[in-house]
Amino acid sequence: MSKIIEKEFFSENVAKIVLDAPEIALSRKPGHFVIIKIDKKGERIPLTIASSNPDKGTVTLVVQKVGVTSAKLLALEVGDEIEDVVGPLGMATHIEKVGTVLCAGGGVGVAPLLPIVEGFKKAGNRVITVLAARNKDLVILEEQMREFSDEVIVMTDDGSSGKKGLVTAGMEEVIQREKVDLSVVIGPAIMMKFAALTTKKYNIKTYASLNTIMVDGTGMCGACRVTVGGKTKFVCVDGPEFDAHQVDFEQMMSRLGAYKDQEVAAYQKYLETEEIAG
Amino acid sequence: MENILEYLKAERSQEWRTEIRKSIKAKERMGKTRTNMPEEDPMVRNRSNVEVNSGLTAEQAVLEAQRCIDCPNPTCMTGCPVGINIPKFIKKIETEDFLGAAAVLKDTNGLPAVCGRVCPQEKQCEAQCFYTIKMGKPAVAIGFLERFAADYERDSGKMAVPETAEFNNIKLAVIGSGPAGLAAAGDLAKFGYDVTVFEALHEIGGVLKYGIPEFRLPNEVVDVEIESLRKMGVKFITNFIVGKTASFDDLKKQGFQAFFVGSGAGLPRFMNIPGENYNGIFSSNEYLTRVNLMNAANPEYDTPVISGDLVAVIGGGNTAMDSVRTAKRLGASRSMIIYRRSEEEMPARVEEVIHAKEEGIEFMNLHNPLEYYADENGRVNKMKIQKMELGEPDASGRRRPIAIEGSEFIIDVDTVVVSVGVSPNPLIPASLPDLKVTDWGTIVVDKETMQSSIPDLFAGGDIVRGGATVILAMGDGRKAAAGMHKYIMEKIKAN
Ligand SMILES: Cc1cc2nc3c(=O)[nH]c(=O)nc-3n(C[C@H](O)[C@H](O)[C@H](O)COP(=O)(O)OP(=O)(O)OC[C@H]3O[C@@H](n4cnc5c(N)ncnc54)[C@H](O)[C@@H]3O)c2cc1C
Ligand code: SF4
Ligand code: FES
Repeated sequence: MSKIIEKEFFSENVAKIVLDAPEIALSRKPGHFVIIKIDKKGERIPLTIASSNPDKGTVTLVVQKVGVTSAKLLALEVGDEIEDVVGPLGMATHIEKVGTVLCAGGGVGVAPLLPIVEGFKKAGNRVITVLAARNKDLVILEEQMREFSDEVIVMTDDGSSGKKGLVTAGMEEVIQREKVDLSVVIGPAIMMKFAALTTKKYNIKTYASLNTIMVDGTGMCGACRVTVGGKTKFVCVDGPEFDAHQVDFEQMMSRLGAYKDQEVAAYQKYLETEEIAG
Repeated sequence: MENILEYLKAERSQEWRTEIRKSIKAKERMGKTRTNMPEEDPMVRNRSNVEVNSGLTAEQAVLEAQRCIDCPNPTCMTGCPVGINIPKFIKKIETEDFLGAAAVLKDTNGLPAVCGRVCPQEKQCEAQCFYTIKMGKPAVAIGFLERFAADYERDSGKMAVPETAEFNNIKLAVIGSGPAGLAAAGDLAKFGYDVTVFEALHEIGGVLKYGIPEFRLPNEVVDVEIESLRKMGVKFITNFIVGKTASFDDLKKQGFQAFFVGSGAGLPRFMNIPGENYNGIFSSNEYLTRVNLMNAANPEYDTPVISGDLVAVIGGGNTAMDSVRTAKRLGASRSMIIYRRSEEEMPARVEEVIHAKEEGIEFMNLHNPLEYYADENGRVNKMKIQKMELGEPDASGRRRPIAIEGSEFIIDVDTVVVSVGVSPNPLIPASLPDLKVTDWGTIVVDKETMQSSIPDLFAGGDIVRGGATVILAMGDGRKAAAGMHKYIMEKIKAN
């Protein structure tokens, strides 16, 4: 059981949720995630830990409404309890001083990027962050990113905030201007795919943090498997970060859609029951 | 060894035993036929989750118990990995002292209701029964009787909570709540320790919960055993991964003085053939976890599962049988086993193979998958398989399958479950660099005490043996508990 201590909406569909989870708060490092299951009938879903406070014993998650479980989660209030929270899971990000690090986050990938940006900055790197979203309302955590970045470039599809264009345009701008030693990209699979292609052109070592379907998160089921460099890897234990130039993003996208029909039907049903209840 | 034989002899010559033995002539006992287990209709049960075997009635159990001739040298016991006093519990059943029979079982086996259901009796106790080895007749149905006595005790509402020694306030940790961990926890509690079981998942029970389906082992049977451990003072903490949520050092700081690791062999193996990552292809662990642990087939639960129509399950073990029969229950029109050896080499319990056939499972033995193909959405729709023949025996003693060149052909499938074995869970070894492990990743332990290369860490079950059995895991847990008790006592003495 984990109690919700705090909840704040960043936009209509994205909120920060602070959970009481003292052990996880103590052990967690940037890059780690948790698996949560809201109630008895819930499913297990992975969520990256955006930040933690070991003194208060809390971990912060940023959740975007994409389906039944995330919608249920965002519908919970401060004081409500989540039945199961387990973690920290996955391998922590390997943070060291390399020089200049280009971090790129798209959509809800911005949340898991935050601790990495913070980590690299604290390790003494020059950190440039590119945040991408469809429009101004969907740009999140910009302020927090500024705190730990030497520069933040905002890219929106419609130009309503920052510059108009895709994340890759913002990345190219930086790469053409100065030497980049390492890049970290987190976001929707399609965004990571193109971000990886961009850095590959310039031979910049790049990590992508993958958000596959998971069940247990302990290496027990293989639901999270992806192909990296021609080999099958389990994202929950071998990742979630991998060499972005080696990841088979096409396969990953296809696997993410494995339950699309069921998910859409379940979400529809959820919305209908919500309407009746509300 | 001498001692055990003496002890058995003394037990056997007790008055009640002699009396019941003499009440029916041996010849008459041997003339009786083995009782059949009452079962649900195959074509009804393969559409539901009801337990396949419904259990012997009291009359049936007594009749079956009468078949046992109470041998002076009970060879059956040599086949039981935990050395249950088999003739004694069977004779208790014959005298209709069913609770007494259950007590005999519990002297050596903490989970008789589980073992009676899932032990490979035909390879263990029943394989060594006098009837099998000397008369070529069907063995006494030891497994059915074990289950009967254990179920009787549970249903009677008189389940005795085992006595525990005076609470000694010494904290011990058990990691993993499968049969190995549960058995260790039970014995440690009996010795008086303050035992905490840490489990990574949200449910207690390990494979008994997430792997073995309801139709073979109802959750309720496992829950009753866990409840009994709770009554003995054992604490359970779920959602706690030792090595991740907290380290061994953290736990030591919290006062834990020794550890039992029963973390199982949870990692699914794949075959690494082309197309294996297409949608609709799962490990048996994923498939069974979705259905058993997450209740995915119940529309009220949020977890989805693909209920395929043409389902191929690769493998011939218990896990493969459980998966293929689950697929049938989820509505598959074709649910088939693809196994590279012949039925004789199948590691699954014989009863499960028989039940699977009754339920309409197809068996493509001596076939091996080579490649998978998918539709435009990346969902598997065909697979290429190859015929095999058996060659000379390999290291495992089973005849080695050899591919027949040019025998490849393609079949339609929409769901594939890969069930070709598991590897040890690397979480614990990875978090303890000093821990000695084998090349396969199993923890190296002393065979008697189950102590690892780290003195305060003991281990047992699948993490030591690779994929093995429930009864071996339990036996390990009990041995380790004794080993830990000795270790702690010596440590206290030394101080
Ligand atoms: C589908 C299936 C059917 C089977 N059928 C049979 C059968 O009919 N008969 C038979 O005898 N055997 C059968 N087996 C094998 C049998 O279940 C296993 O040999 C047995 O369960 C092993 O017990 P264990 O306690 O070692 O491990 P497990 O039962 O695997 O339990 C290990 C537990 O430890 C937890 N864990 C792992 N790491 C950590 C950690 N770091 N911190 C906290 N917890 C952790 C895991 O989540 C798991 O719950 C079957 C197995 C499967 C998968
Ligand atoms: S525990 Fe298993 S091997 Fe031992 S008597 Fe029971 S069924 Fe037979
Ligand atoms: S989520 Fe099950 S193995 Fe990764």
